[in-house]
Amino acid sequence: MAQVSLENEHLPKSKEKPLIKRFFQQIDIQLMVLPALAFIFVFNYIPMYGVIMAFQEYDIFKGYFDSPWVGLKQFELFFQDPAFFNVMRNTLVISLLKFCIGFPAPIILALMLNEVNRMFFKRVIQTVSYLPHFLSWVIVAGFVISLLSTESGSVNILLESLNLIDEPINFLSIPEYFWGILITTNVWKEIGFGSIVYLAAIAGIDPHLYEAASMDGASRFRQIYLITLPCIMPVVSIFMILAIGNLLNAGFEDILLLAKNPIIRPVSDVIDTFVYRVGLQDYRYSYGAAVGLFKSIIGVILLTIANTVARRSGNSLW
Amino acid sequence: MVRLGTGDRIMIVFIYTFLILLGFSTFYPFWNGLVISFNQGTDTSMGGITFWPREFTFENYAVVFKDERLMRGFVISVLRTIAGTIGAILCTAIFAYGMSKADLIGKKYYMIMCIITMYFGGGLIPTFFLIRGLGLVNTFWVYIIPGLISVWNMIIFRTFFRGLPAGLEESAKMDGCGNWGTFFRIVIPLSGPVIATLSLFTAIAHWNDWFAPSIYVSNENLLPIQTILRQILDSNIVSEQTANLDSFAQSKLNAMKSVTSRSLTMATMMVATIPIICVYPFVQKYFVKGVLVGSLKE
Repeated sequence: MAQVSLENEHLPKSKEKPLIKRFFQQIDIQLMVLPALAFIFVFNYIPMYGVIMAFQEYDIFKGYFDSPWVGLKQFELFFQDPAFFNVMRNTLVISLLKFCIGFPAPIILALMLNEVNRMFFKRVIQTVSYLPHFLSWVIVAGFVISLLSTESGSVNILLESLNLIDEPINFLSIPEYFWGILITTNVWKEIGFGSIVYLAAIAGIDPHLYEAASMDGASRFRQIYLITLPCIMPVVSIFMILAIGNLLNAGFEDILLLAKNPIIRPVSDVIDTFVYRVGLQDYRYSYGAAVGLFKSIIGVILLTIANTVARRSGNSLW
Repeated sequence: MVRLGTGDRIMIVFIYTFLILLGFSTFYPFWNGLVISFNQGTDTSMGGITFWPREFTFENYAVVFKDERLMRGFVISVLRTIAGTIGAILCTAIFAYGMSKADLIGKKYYMIMCIITMYFGGGLIPTFFLIRGLGLVNTFWVYIIPGLISVWNMIIFRTFFRGLPAGLEESAKMDGCGNWGTFFRIVIPLSGPVIATLSLFTAIAHWNDWFAPSIYVSNENLLPIQTILRQILDSNIVSEQTANLDSFAQSKLNAMKSVTSRSLTMATMMVATIPIICVYPFVQKYFVKGVLVGSLKE
């Protein structure tokens, strides 16, 4: 094929022509790319410029150019906001819980599925456990609300029939239960789908390793520990970097939908839901934008740290 | 088969037990939802509905299918999913094909411009003002246009296009095909698997989107079913939903006093879920492939 491209004469020659001329020679390719780049400019870069409203007292009628500048006032407001402590604590706790439980869960599931020899059983479990990933949070929250309902909710029915409780519990309005419900729901939704990647990584392991290990008398458990886990470590570390970069994304849709009751706001409010509430529901646009900017700055710092650590261990994203 | 030690046997038993529990806990919410949606509402509120309906009825679904707002929402969801997916896949594929060309001038800068958007963003509020400024608020276009180009999908497409045999494109060029002609006649027909996979994920994102409509669209007639469902879950007032029915449906409803907000919500949820469950078994092989394509990219 190399011959064909050499025969294509205009290629080597065009190198000497001026840039403008070469550009117009490939105008058809450029026309495939430039509209999309203009699109990206409008939909991604203009909002980045719009972040300057975080330093203004944005007035919807004056726009970006005429709204008064207030410097860091919005950020100071946030740090002094009575909700600040709760919002930051919830963001950190919820995202750490999601990371510590939600990250290893699919790996453990993949390891378990790998030990299953009955193919039909394995396929059924896989098919069933992938499904929740494809449902919207509205549907998932609907299921959770229904299962935990005081009026014929299955969880209350189960607890009552086991004589563990006398009265149905309204789980979603008790602050102590909220983090547990939120994390369980998240794991429930994503565990199966998250395991696909790890299953593929496990499938790529050389079977001779296992044969040799069992010859040497290693138990199945030791084989998981000594062969499977080390072999999938590169994949695990890549996904761990991505997860760390996402640490401040404590969740948005799930919390918005599950924390309907204002009673649990002290434990449910995270940065993203706070931005939504103050920015779009209380119309404090600049304040919301400032809090959002604060979050993305910390997010970028986290990602950079994660990547630096990963680069030292030889698994860099960039 | 190697003989298992006691420790291994315990492990295997534990694994099977755990997987069965996991499978059950995933399956049960759907089943219970289905059962409640087919059970008489007043009867459900007496409690004890788990695996099987006690008073089987179609009344809940009758109300859902009579509700014009819900049915319109369903149609809006279908329309935006189809239009949004075709538009996004076509635009992103064209973009990716251009970016896959080795001799594209400015390729490096274009790519940097794309990658930056994967790490930084304006955030919710500035994006809201952009959409508002573009006049997309309260139009059907707000569902389609902002999603037309996806940098992530572009990179997956580009990786795939680069893997196509160069000879095919060369011979098309010999036969007088331009880049656009090559793209539509040679590249697209060869890209079946990657198009199927990315379309699947795009379509599901469109079907499931409820948040964007809730902030950009206030016109009730334009809301997709997921957003309406969210409103129903939030309000939980049956009269609000029944108030939207026409007089004929109202009179029919009076004959079925047993419908409650809970049973109605469940029936609505089932209507919004069933399209996904129906296509799910047929597309499973594609999304498994898709996840792997996506992760190989890294």
